[in-house]
Amino acid sequence: MLHIVNKSATERNSLESALRLATKGSAVLLIEDAVYAATKGSVAATKVQAAMADLQVYALGPDLDARGMSARVLDGVKVVDYGGFVDLVTEHNSCQSWL
Amino acid sequence: MSDMMDDMDEGGEGVVKKFMFVNRKAPHGTIYALEGLEVVLISAAFDQDVSMVFADDGVYELIKGVNTKGIEVKDFSKTYRALEGYDIEKLYVEKASMDARGLTEDDLIVDVTVLDSAEMASLMAEQDVVISY
Repeated sequence: MLHIVNKSATERNSLESALRLATKGSAVLLIEDAVYAATKGSVAATKVQAAMADLQVYALGPDLDARGMSARVLDGVKVVDYGGFVDLVTEHNSCQSWL
Repeated sequence: MSDMMDDMDEGGEGVVKKFMFVNRKAPHGTIYALEGLEVVLISAAFDQDVSMVFADDGVYELIKGVNTKGIEVKDFSKTYRALEGYDIEKLYVEKASMDARGLTEDDLIVDVTVLDSAEMASLMAEQDVVISY
């Protein structure tokens, strides 16, 4: 399962719910305002780091660039472009968007 | 209040209110940040005492090093630098909000005054009008 989160973790609880309900080995893709959670020093980063023991976390590069956050990405988070986004969707049996 | 009405009748001269625009949303994910900025620029035409506050995710609006080419939206972060030209120079950032996001003043595109939460609270309390985005 690919979990897609697009809301800021410091404004909504969608990332928290996604991380809580994702099974081991699932992938989580952070897009739009959710990418802030994958940046160093953010309070949400702690939760993402803990989750990476069981999950692979991805962040969408163009959304990081647009927010001035490309240089602050957490170690272990894989940055993908739009092509990579499509690959993730095709590689997984299903996806869930945590709106 | 009645003298204010008199002033309004005389063509709006003399009444200067304290306006505060509170920005609490990240840019791009929603339209709030951009719309809020546009309203502030419009407000400059009315010669009021304008302050802008950046708190919670609103501090992300001021991050430098933005490149919006990939998502094909306007990069309005540069516009914050133009505020000075409209005599909007009171920009305040809440320290707790920056700390929670691992940010410092050096990460911001404009010069701001960093306030602790108590200072921010009293600044808010002394406003005539507070508009929130």
